Amino acid sequence: MAYDYEKYIRPGKLPHIWCPGCGHGIVMKGLIRAIDSCGLDKNNTALVSGIGCASRLPGYLDFCTLHTAHGRAAAFATGVKMAKPEMNVIVMGGDGDGTAIGGNHFIHACRRNIDMTYVIMNNLIYGMTGGQFSPCTPTGDKASTTPYGNPDPTFDISKLAIGAGATFVARTTAFHATQIDKLIAEGIKHKGMAIIEVLDDCPTTYGRRNKFRSVIDMMKRLKDIAVPVAAAGKMTAEQLEGKVLTGVLYKEDKPEYCEQYAKVIAKASGAK
Amino acid sequence: MSGTRIEVIEKYCKGCSICVEFCPKNVLEMDGFLAKVVRLQDCIKCMQCELRCPDFAIKVYVD
Repeated sequence: MAYDYEKYIRPGKLPHIWCPGCGHGIVMKGLIRAIDSCGLDKNNTALVSGIGCASRLPGYLDFCTLHTAHGRAAAFATGVKMAKPEMNVIVMGGDGDGTAIGGNHFIHACRRNIDMTYVIMNNLIYGMTGGQFSPCTPTGDKASTTPYGNPDPTFDISKLAIGAGATFVARTTAFHATQIDKLIAEGIKHKGMAIIEVLDDCPTTYGRRNKFRSVIDMMKRLKDIAVPVAAAGKMTAEQLEGKVLTGVLYKEDKPEYCEQYAKVIAKASGAK
Repeated sequence: MSGTRIEVIEKYCKGCSICVEFCPKNVLEMDGFLAKVVRLQDCIKCMQCELRCPDFAIKVYVD
């Protein structure tokens, strides 16, 4: 039997709008497998997204879904989780949505350590809005708004999340398809804020401008730059130049926000 | 391989050729803008084409 993805897809929604070779579809499959393996109830799972290519994802899936304002997915998701702490909340978004326009919401959701899973698809650019550079566009690379090369240094989303206080941070790429569902599932099971950064490809607005002649070139790039955390310990600094670590980068147990807030409610209502 | 069947849903396939490129046994080939199964007998059921197809266009049926 083939894997039954249709069980979680809204009827008549496929084919999706993403360009040929866009990794968002691979991430969507990974998310479906992760949710299926965790056995989450469709009616008790909320998928929240902002604006952008990646944020189209919840629209295809048959869960409680919320498509919100640009960058505000984490804020809306915090509201959903606080109103219904028993609900599984998963945020899907891109690098522009999550770290530029929604950067503030992103770091504060991490800081609170609220129990949700944030899958951030880092395709190095604003795709849907016209190929503008994002905080993750590599220095020197071209975008529609940086035709002479991007002068800005870049964000490392995983390090940003660790620094902001997220208690589960993992990274993988769209090429490593089997790792996507394992890490998302681990993030769903983690009690607290789980950030899963998926390095993605954007052949249309990033690849064409930056000498990636085809989808395959972009996928090979993802394959080449990824180094598993375990293997990185045996490599020299020179060998790690230009590489990114994949796997679970950080994990700790800290008090979860909804539980802490329940204590405040109990205290305020006079319980001893 | 007996019992294995690979279905390419033509309505969904956008011709990105990821499945063709990363199949370790060269089971698939491009036919214009669509992926096509040409050497099914070589398939080792690794599922890489199905896992990496961003368009939900490939299904590998294994008995």
